Amino acid sequence: MNRYTKQRLFGIAVRAAALLVVSVMLLVVSVTLARGGRVLLADPAIVATPPGSRYMLEGNGGFLHAVLGSLFIVGPATILSMVLAVSTATYLQSDYSSQRFSESVNMFLNVLWGTPPIVYGVFVLTIIIALGAQTSLFFGIIAIAIFQYPIMTRYTDEALRAAPDTVRESTYGLGATRFESACMTVRAAAPGVIAGLIMGFARGIGDAATVLFTTGRSTRMPGGLFDAATTLPVLIFDQAMSFNPEVRSHAYAASFVLTVVVLGLIFISKILAGRYARYTPGG
Amino acid sequence: MSADTERLFQRARLNHLGKRLLTERLSSYWLTAAGYLAIALFAAITLLLFYRSLPILSEYSLAAMLTSANWDPAQNSFGFLPAIVGTIYVTLLSMVMGIPIAIGAAVYIAEYAEGRIKTILASFIDVLAAIPSVIFGLVALIVVVPFIGTYVAPLFGAGTAGVGIFTVSLVMAIVVTPFMISLSVESLESLPDELRETSLGVGATKFETIRSVLLRAAGPGIFSAILLGFGRVFGATIVPALLIGGQTQLPDSLFSTGQTLPTLIVNDFGELMSLPLTQSALIFVGLMLVVVVWLFNFGAMLFRRRLQRRWQYS
Repeated sequence: MNRYTKQRLFGIAVRAAALLVVSVMLLVVSVTLARGGRVLLADPAIVATPPGSRYMLEGNGGFLHAVLGSLFIVGPATILSMVLAVSTATYLQSDYSSQRFSESVNMFLNVLWGTPPIVYGVFVLTIIIALGAQTSLFFGIIAIAIFQYPIMTRYTDEALRAAPDTVRESTYGLGATRFESACMTVRAAAPGVIAGLIMGFARGIGDAATVLFTTGRSTRMPGGLFDAATTLPVLIFDQAMSFNPEVRSHAYAASFVLTVVVLGLIFISKILAGRYARYTPGG
Repeated sequence: MSADTERLFQRARLNHLGKRLLTERLSSYWLTAAGYLAIALFAAITLLLFYRSLPILSEYSLAAMLTSANWDPAQNSFGFLPAIVGTIYVTLLSMVMGIPIAIGAAVYIAEYAEGRIKTILASFIDVLAAIPSVIFGLVALIVVVPFIGTYVAPLFGAGTAGVGIFTVSLVMAIVVTPFMISLSVESLESLPDELRETSLGVGATKFETIRSVLLRAAGPGIFSAILLGFGRVFGATIVPALLIGGQTQLPDSLFSTGQTLPTLIVNDFGELMSLPLTQSALIFVGLMLVVVVWLFNFGAMLFRRRLQRRWQYS
């Protein structure tokens, strides 16, 4: 085959691959939005209605419990995980640790990032069994926080690495302590840190495997920190397996809500990253 | 200014410095602890899962459990083979379907697309990489399952309702593709333009440049992307649980229903949590997942280092 023919064929092939990916993705998003939108338009109240007593069987009421459960679990988990992630990344980046140590910790972080979420779920469940406790909102927060930690550390680490060295040099030059210097570096890296925060939240709110065993898959409103709860992905999973078409249709409404939230978050993260860019020196 | 006020000022300054140094000292303890957290978490997960799987490991031999095809916790028979085979099928199949498409699309975005199309495409893919996999599973239930049941499976002479190993593989390929694309695009774009210019300058076509220069130079990055995709398919829980059919038997064709290691945990946890041996067996499944993923990661790190040496360009 002529090498120019080959080049043309290759061009067609990569275009086809891109087109295929885009069209499949558009199909997925539009099916979710169309099916979910239809259910929601017919009865928008299901998002804000607590579930009835036999919700999973008869589909009476709505899924407010899962919406609240998602917020109450992923919100605190993200904050907890963020604090840990920023601390770890600071320790690895600035003058606290040696190059070798931070390389080996990074290796462990990569491995933790690749670990399947269900493993974190099982891990927290074994803790619950060992403590003799009940599955609850609290353990959901712990599980999600562990799941988000490597993701957010990685984003924060990258953001801190991208922060210019002049920040550190000039703060030290002004007589700042290591901690004060690190604070200024974090501030200079704010866009990346915020992007990491939101990505962590988006990943956390979309994950089902970690909370499947740790929060108790309850079908009531969450009553307290040590009460069973559920989240949107787990609810969608349970609804999709239901025999009742009414309940199954609620799954599309719930996934509409979840998709819109995740897409909205990423949109916000892009805008915020742009706005915080003014803290970056020279930006 | 009297000597008294002067001393007062000095003490205030010292106090302030003392406070700053105290903050420095305390924060350094906290940050050190945070620095070791990743390692501690790693160790805690391995040790705890291993400790909780000891009951099943002491009851039955490892080799027997891994090669027995009989999974029936109520009868105390724990054969992991069907789930292991199912996991291998799903992982291999979806990698085979996903990798060429992902690399092709990444090459298009990084090397062919220009201007606005490129920006839109790249951010579109980034966004999609974040869509929860449960949504893909749900959409697949009404789109992919009937499609495979009525069109694809009869083509291969397999009778099926549409759920099964092939369906899961296809959907997982769709789930991880944006992920692999976005990481591969990143590593292709970070290559210096000299590489492209030099290669085109000595008379290579664009295809030859991409194949022999760019894909190699970006090789380690693309390899990491593929590995991450592999990890996600391997540990995928929700999509297989929705679409695989959940029957613990050795799959006789690609379209038959089956079980993967994660779905084994999902399907059996609810009812059987009360039986200590089953519980231990399921925790052992978690341990297997961890060990395989971690072995792969550490192996890949070494392999990646080799690739980097072999395909280095500067």
